[in-house]
Amino acid sequence: MILWDLFVTFLKIGIFTFGGGYAMIPLIQSEVVDGFRWLTMKQFVDLVALAEMTPGPLALNSATFVGYLVAGLPGSVMATLALVIPSYAVMLAVQAVYSRIKDRPLVRAAFKGINAAVLGLIVVAVLSLGRTSIVDWGTALIALVLVIAIARFRVHPVLALIAAGVAGFLLFR
Amino acid sequence: MGSHENRRSRLLWSLFLEFLKLGAFTFGGGYAMIPLIEREIVRKRGWLSSEDFADLVAIAEMTPGSLIIKSSTFVGKRVSGILGSVIATLAVTLPPFLVFLVLAAAFLRIVDFPVTQSVFKGVDAAIVALVVTAILSLGKTSISDKKTLLIATGTVIVVFVFGVHPIFALLAAGVAGLVLFR
Repeated sequence: MILWDLFVTFLKIGIFTFGGGYAMIPLIQSEVVDGFRWLTMKQFVDLVALAEMTPGPLALNSATFVGYLVAGLPGSVMATLALVIPSYAVMLAVQAVYSRIKDRPLVRAAFKGINAAVLGLIVVAVLSLGRTSIVDWGTALIALVLVIAIARFRVHPVLALIAAGVAGFLLFR
Repeated sequence: MGSHENRRSRLLWSLFLEFLKLGAFTFGGGYAMIPLIEREIVRKRGWLSSEDFADLVAIAEMTPGSLIIKSSTFVGKRVSGILGSVIATLAVTLPPFLVFLVLAAAFLRIVDFPVTQSVFKGVDAAIVALVVTAILSLGKTSISDKKTLLIATGTVIVVFVFGVHPIFALLAAGVAGLVLFR
């Protein structure tokens, strides 16, 4: 039954996607395009491009989209729920444990190291994002102005996104 | 009794609205959302301290799923138990779900419109800015001495230059933490 296939597939994607966004693309592709052929490669590429421009994590958007194409509204609900459930369940369990042990000295010590490493990971993300998104003086200027605006002048991130969209429209037409 | 229930419903309603807002503005994936989550959840609502938020980001690195959904579960649970976690998580998935449902149903090819391209060139630059500000704000909490700076720098080298999987870097950093910061 197709709803079951949708459920199992997106449950699997939900369980095995660590590190968010782009890391998920190969798995979604192998399941949805190569495996079940619910999307053609072209449709998948379009989906990824579209997901970049709409709110929500990529995997979530994929679930909604593929679920709808395959089985209408019930399909999209099923796929989206299946994707969220592993993340939700794990997080609930982790939160329960975390709240109990978070102040223990050993846990603090380990987190001190891990949090520093996470910062390193975010730096890595900027390096790769920067390579594809900062392509000329216009984009560099937008990025620089916004860093100052958000970090120094406490401009709301949502306002920054909207302003950048408008600036993009004006500068890059 | 009555006022306790009132407080609870108000809290649940705040959770719902707050995460509905966050869900509507989740662009650029995980890290780009850090400044927004920090602004709304840590500073505005006070539902998490900066330290706990840094921990949440770290936990999110090591568990499946996207940061924004995990944040909703975590914060929702902490603020108002299981019901809070369900409401927050549903709220954060609702806007993307509805938007994408409409797009899927309409088969809109908005990707190709030149206007869209130029707007999103700007937005992509903003996403870089958001991730940079995430570094600046999390850095204040996470980098406190030479040892943490060393761990952060080491992670950048190991992951970016040598392509080591992030999860190994995090595990190594956890062990390093146990050794260095006991």
